[in-house]
Amino acid sequence: MRKTSLDCVYELAKRDGRVIFIGSDLGPGVLDQMKTEMPDRFFMEGVSEQHVIGMAAGLAMEGFVPYVNTIATFLTRRCYEQVALDLCLQDLPVRLIANGGGAVYAPLGPTHLAVEDFAIMRALPNMTVVAPCDADEMRRFMAKTVDWPHPIYIRLAKGGDGIVSQERHGFEIGKAIMLREPGAGLFITTGVMAQLALRAAEQLSKEGLACGVLHVHTVKPLDHAALHAWLPNVHGVVTVEEHTRIGGLGSAVLECCNDEMPEQAFKVRRIGIPDRFADRYGSQNSLLGHWGITVDSLCSTMRKQLRED
Amino acid sequence: MDRRSKQLRKLIVQALESGGRGHLGSSMSLVEILRVLYDSYLRYQPANPNWPDRDRLILSKGHGCLALYALLADKGFLKEDEMLTFCKQDSRLGGHPERGKIPGVEATTGALGHGLPMGVGMALAGKIRHQKHRVVVIVGDGEINEGSIWEAAMSAAKHKLANLTVLVDYNKVQSYGSTREVLDLEPLADKWLSFGFEVEEVDGHDVKALEQLTRRFPLNSGKPAAVICHTIKGKGFPFAEGKSEWHHKSGLKPEEIAAMYEYLI
Repeated sequence: MRKTSLDCVYELAKRDGRVIFIGSDLGPGVLDQMKTEMPDRFFMEGVSEQHVIGMAAGLAMEGFVPYVNTIATFLTRRCYEQVALDLCLQDLPVRLIANGGGAVYAPLGPTHLAVEDFAIMRALPNMTVVAPCDADEMRRFMAKTVDWPHPIYIRLAKGGDGIVSQERHGFEIGKAIMLREPGAGLFITTGVMAQLALRAAEQLSKEGLACGVLHVHTVKPLDHAALHAWLPNVHGVVTVEEHTRIGGLGSAVLECCNDEMPEQAFKVRRIGIPDRFADRYGSQNSLLGHWGITVDSLCSTMRKQLRED
Repeated sequence: MDRRSKQLRKLIVQALESGGRGHLGSSMSLVEILRVLYDSYLRYQPANPNWPDRDRLILSKGHGCLALYALLADKGFLKEDEMLTFCKQDSRLGGHPERGKIPGVEATTGALGHGLPMGVGMALAGKIRHQKHRVVVIVGDGEINEGSIWEAAMSAAKHKLANLTVLVDYNKVQSYGSTREVLDLEPLADKWLSFGFEVEEVDGHDVKALEQLTRRFPLNSGKPAAVICHTIKGKGFPFAEGKSEWHHKSGLKPEEIAAMYEYLI
């Protein structure tokens, strides 16, 4: 997904002279071809994220469309004020490509995990927050980024994620995709939690429980129309995110219910990361398991929801 | 102080009086710097504030905005009586300047340490496109406590941004007290030198010296420049000069306003 995303930046840059790439201090060889062919639009600026965001803002004010890439937590926590004021307050078309959203960097510990990025990015007016589910979808999404007039936060997964999106789904920023039509239950996911939910839905179907998966790649602006269309027609909803349960997709869904269809809110249960810093290392999957974000927990939560109905 | 400097200060005092508050000390140290920039250096078109070939000025120490508003009013970007709306609910002129609201304001500033990185981006854009406009960023001395300023300084030198000039309003007093006491900046010229800048120092209230210096811009065709402008906080008002108590004042009393006008006769 990461490679696809950066390859897309190169492709976009070849077609559009406004596209600029700025890394902080990425691994050797990143976008070498772009660096060689377009040296005046490839920048590796060093471990200076506050400056990088401001510089990207300055370039955007002059008509460029900068794509900034580094590790997710350093692109959110470290330079939050710059993201808020330089990008969002001035509403500039800068793209933040965030490596390792969620628990991708599990072995590196809590300093490197971006588990509240949706919450803090979503809280900023004008910001768009997108978490594609696989590399194919990333490609379809990236094509839409050049002309989007607002800042975008792009959450990348580990890479090598199973392909579950399809060409026929297309991609529109802010339009959720129904990966699997619901019966009684509906999982609402973002990012690579779509894969987990599809596996859970498959397992539940063997038990006679028909469940769908609504993939909300755009956490903000949230697709209220899709929620209005689907929530009244199902009996149980489970939101799934690789993110703290505070302020992410699940919260956004409940906010929508609270504001617009409070009678639906009781159907919704949220699965996400508990409110504590990571206290284990291991792998992304083992850490997700430690937090209770597994196919089994998705299934048991949905069963409970449907039983209670 | 000549008539023009007093007239610009009068615009600021009128806004302070109307708003009942403002960063008096931080604005008054800037008046001659901005006056010289707008009178004899910057290229701009008040009727066409987004003219592509204009020079870009960023007031990174956004709290000094009353001085910037005074120059924008003086040059016709704003009507002078708009100064009287300062900080009112529906005004365009808030306590910190906002891009998109105020003609002639290039970047929203107020939180410190943001203007120079944005200025580096603008200067880099100009360099990429071989444009002729210049970028000037005015930073405060307290402001350059921020690490982001020095990140941006390293970047400006790396990219050899000769189209970028940083002016440091070195009035030597920040909110709490003297810069020496709060976080000493010295040796300040050496710092900018070591970060790869061409460095000059000037009396930031000496109009002639400032004019002569701007005529020499760019100071070096291969690197960015930093000009340390030695200034006096609250310049023009002896009761406020050099006093951190006048960095920002709210609830200004009529007798304090009257005292300001006394010094502008």
